[in-house]
Amino acid sequence: MKETLGTTGLILDEPLLWEKGKKGRCGFSLPRRDVVASPLDTELTGDGPDFPDLSEVDVVRHYTRLSTWNFGIDTGMYPLGSCTMKYNPKINERQANLPGFAGAHPLAPPSLQQGALQLMSELEQYLAEITGMDAVTLQPAAGAHGELTGMQIIRSYHKSKGSSRSKIIVPDTAHGTNPASAALCGFHPLPVKSNEQGVLSLDAVVEVMDEDTAGIMVTNPNTLGLFEENIKKIAEAVHSKGGLVYGDGANMNAVMGIVRMGDIGIDLMHLNLHKTFSTPHGGGGPGSGPVCVKSHLEPFLPVPRVIKRKNQFLLSEDFPDSIGKMQAFYGNFGVMVRAYSYILSMGHKNLRKASRLSVLNANYVKEMLKGSLHLAYDRPCMHECVFSDRFQKEQKISTLEMAKRLMDYGFHPPTIYFPLVVHGAIMVEPTETESKEEIDLFIDALKSIVNEAKEAPELLRQAPKKCKAKKMDETAAARHPRLAG
Amino acid sequence: MLKVVGADSLDDLFSSIPEDCRHKPNLHLPEPLTEWELNDFMAELSDTIAVSPQYSMFVGAGSYEHHIPATVSSLAGRSELVTSYTPYQPEISQGTLQGIYEYQTLAARLLGMEVANASLYDGASALAEALLMSIRITRRKKVAISSLIHPLYRRVVKTYLGPAGFELVELPYLANGRTDISKLGAINDLAAVAVQSPNFFGCIEDLQAIGKKAHEKEALSVTAFTEALAYGLLKNPGSQGSDIGCGEGQSLGIPQSFGGPGLGMFAGKMKYVRKMPGRLVGQTVDMDGKRGFVLTLATREQHIRRAKATSNICTNNSLCALTAAMYMASVGHTGIRELAGLNHDKCEYLKKGLEKAGFKITFDSPTFNEFVVKFPVGFETAYERLLEKKIVAGLSLATYYPELSDHYLLCVTETKTKEDMDELIKELGNY
Repeated sequence: MKETLGTTGLILDEPLLWEKGKKGRCGFSLPRRDVVASPLDTELTGDGPDFPDLSEVDVVRHYTRLSTWNFGIDTGMYPLGSCTMKYNPKINERQANLPGFAGAHPLAPPSLQQGALQLMSELEQYLAEITGMDAVTLQPAAGAHGELTGMQIIRSYHKSKGSSRSKIIVPDTAHGTNPASAALCGFHPLPVKSNEQGVLSLDAVVEVMDEDTAGIMVTNPNTLGLFEENIKKIAEAVHSKGGLVYGDGANMNAVMGIVRMGDIGIDLMHLNLHKTFSTPHGGGGPGSGPVCVKSHLEPFLPVPRVIKRKNQFLLSEDFPDSIGKMQAFYGNFGVMVRAYSYILSMGHKNLRKASRLSVLNANYVKEMLKGSLHLAYDRPCMHECVFSDRFQKEQKISTLEMAKRLMDYGFHPPTIYFPLVVHGAIMVEPTETESKEEIDLFIDALKSIVNEAKEAPELLRQAPKKCKAKKMDETAAARHPRLAG
Repeated sequence: MLKVVGADSLDDLFSSIPEDCRHKPNLHLPEPLTEWELNDFMAELSDTIAVSPQYSMFVGAGSYEHHIPATVSSLAGRSELVTSYTPYQPEISQGTLQGIYEYQTLAARLLGMEVANASLYDGASALAEALLMSIRITRRKKVAISSLIHPLYRRVVKTYLGPAGFELVELPYLANGRTDISKLGAINDLAAVAVQSPNFFGCIEDLQAIGKKAHEKEALSVTAFTEALAYGLLKNPGSQGSDIGCGEGQSLGIPQSFGGPGLGMFAGKMKYVRKMPGRLVGQTVDMDGKRGFVLTLATREQHIRRAKATSNICTNNSLCALTAAMYMASVGHTGIRELAGLNHDKCEYLKKGLEKAGFKITFDSPTFNEFVVKFPVGFETAYERLLEKKIVAGLSLATYYPELSDHYLLCVTETKTKEDMDELIKELGNY
């Protein structure tokens, strides 16, 4: 292994919170007691939760040490396919922490909330423009929540036409959330296979689309990183049977300013602000999954909606056909502030450029690695490309082992074993924010891992060696769950 | 790079997109702002929003103003925690994983439950998921929910449960501000009985009696909450026989942020863990036998089980959960007890002060940090005048409970001083 980013530093161990501390310590400046005690009936009071007592320094060291065991996009390249781990500009964090945004109470009178409502209203307009749609709700908390919102809208739409349809078409390349969201809404997901080119064929859709099918869920570009080139015809076919076309916008990062889903037959779609619009993923969330719709679906959007009346922004409940509410309040506002700030600092030119560069970077990785790793579909890709471990079969080296070894080189592994249609998939999404130098280092690392697979496979089987933790026993974790200390 | 990929221009890269699918004109978006222009613009927007300390807010109702220590904001902003993805690769995600395992533990201890998940979106969606879980466990299709559960939560529940064909029965409330469970006996085939405590009127429910009644009907007892801090002082749901505790954790160090992101807390019994929604972190060992943490029991989840998953949730509110753990670790056992007590005592101070000033406290059940008061007919104009004095005198209940026009829900947390409350009482006395 030649010189790489991956090295070991001084990593400090740290016990669990309750293995530290001492009774009576407190890391919180308790507010002054300026009123008399007024004890509650002891029937109602408990002993208080069994929390450890820690000092401020105890807490600060604890979390600082924990954070050094984590790899984030600020640490290095994070080419996790379909997750769009692009750099999250610091300036957006600053805006979200402004006192007005961070401290706003959702139920205070609207006259005290104008800035928050204006921001939401404008963000809705920007997202509508980017997707070519007519109206937007910012309420869903994440992509899957957006899908659920979308499914509810589809259900309500059909109901308004006096029909209740039981099925929905979901391609085999879809994220697991698609069938799960459809099922949660009472739809029976109908799988269709992608063709030899890795995309949906019109025939496959026509074959299953009937008058009991509510519509289709399409991820475009799909999870193989390919543009669904038959989308317009597919949409026409679905529409001709009275169905709707739902777009999963997880991969919007490839096509900002290049394709508008509203222009090519998509009736409604969700976006992931924590992917395409650069808000940080926080180790699993919070995200935000706005749903954008064409005008015929606008009446069904969740309430309340931001409206403007006499130069005042208001929250209106006056939409009788609405599906209802998906969250108690208006969605993950803190995430919206970051996305809004991102769009304002990018403008149309840079959003389009971001997409163009994300596609360039992915195609570059694809070309540079396709001799070393088996490329599932050898054709121009969009913002991500999918390899597999087929070439490494001979050495009995798997995708998982190559992924683990990448950590020793200082990279977060790509998405692995997804999409399911590619056996042993390695899905790489470099994003636009990686420089050529960084991408070259990643390519070199993977190439040298491929060599190691032939010459020193043990290195891969033992990997990772340089991380805080060695390979984890996940089977034991599931067999004897220990979920609390 | 273009040469390597065999393209002459960036446009060539998009040749797989049919011509008639491409968007030719520029997007109609504002010109890009520099960092400094953006800062000015955003500060201007933010300044139009009324917040403490310029305003004295006596509104809670699901979003609570609490002090957030500088340590929590600073630690929760550490970029290794903020800019990582879901910890699918445990070897380089031990920070998030141990942090979430600790959160699960502290959340379970707060609620008196055996197991808490790694978070859901917010309190309302957590309640909806709890009811769906009860339906899965009991294979029944009907749930009873208290009319004193936050009205907005009930609407979310309706949205989640309606399309799948499940039935909701609403339980009325009593004159003392608690849920009326007397009619429960007559309702059959219930999957769950759900109440909120402290409820929307701030009153503390008799969870033990409700749990008992639910179990008599072989239904699950679900306790929701909007104010997690209350369990620093009150008996927790688990000790009172609840099967699921679920609700909003925003009070635990998370900014109000116009209602989101918050923290959907969800905890229950180990025997139901395989029916639980959401991610779970478990303890295990690595190849060297050293303690470590991984995402586990994933076979419940959408990426494995697809249409048969226990929930469709993928992205959750992980960083908010981690923030809550930082907060719970900072206050500790000693601190949370004192802090929760202070919330209660301050709220009692205002309640008694208003009573003395001649206002009627509508419900006489004990409360935590919120209560309902009746103001004179036509109080709306006084409310507006108070706004000019930068006082927000609670939340009008007229929209949510039409029978309670002229009633307001007031909230007092540790952030309010005696002077703030005296001023409110004085101003109200003037009208």
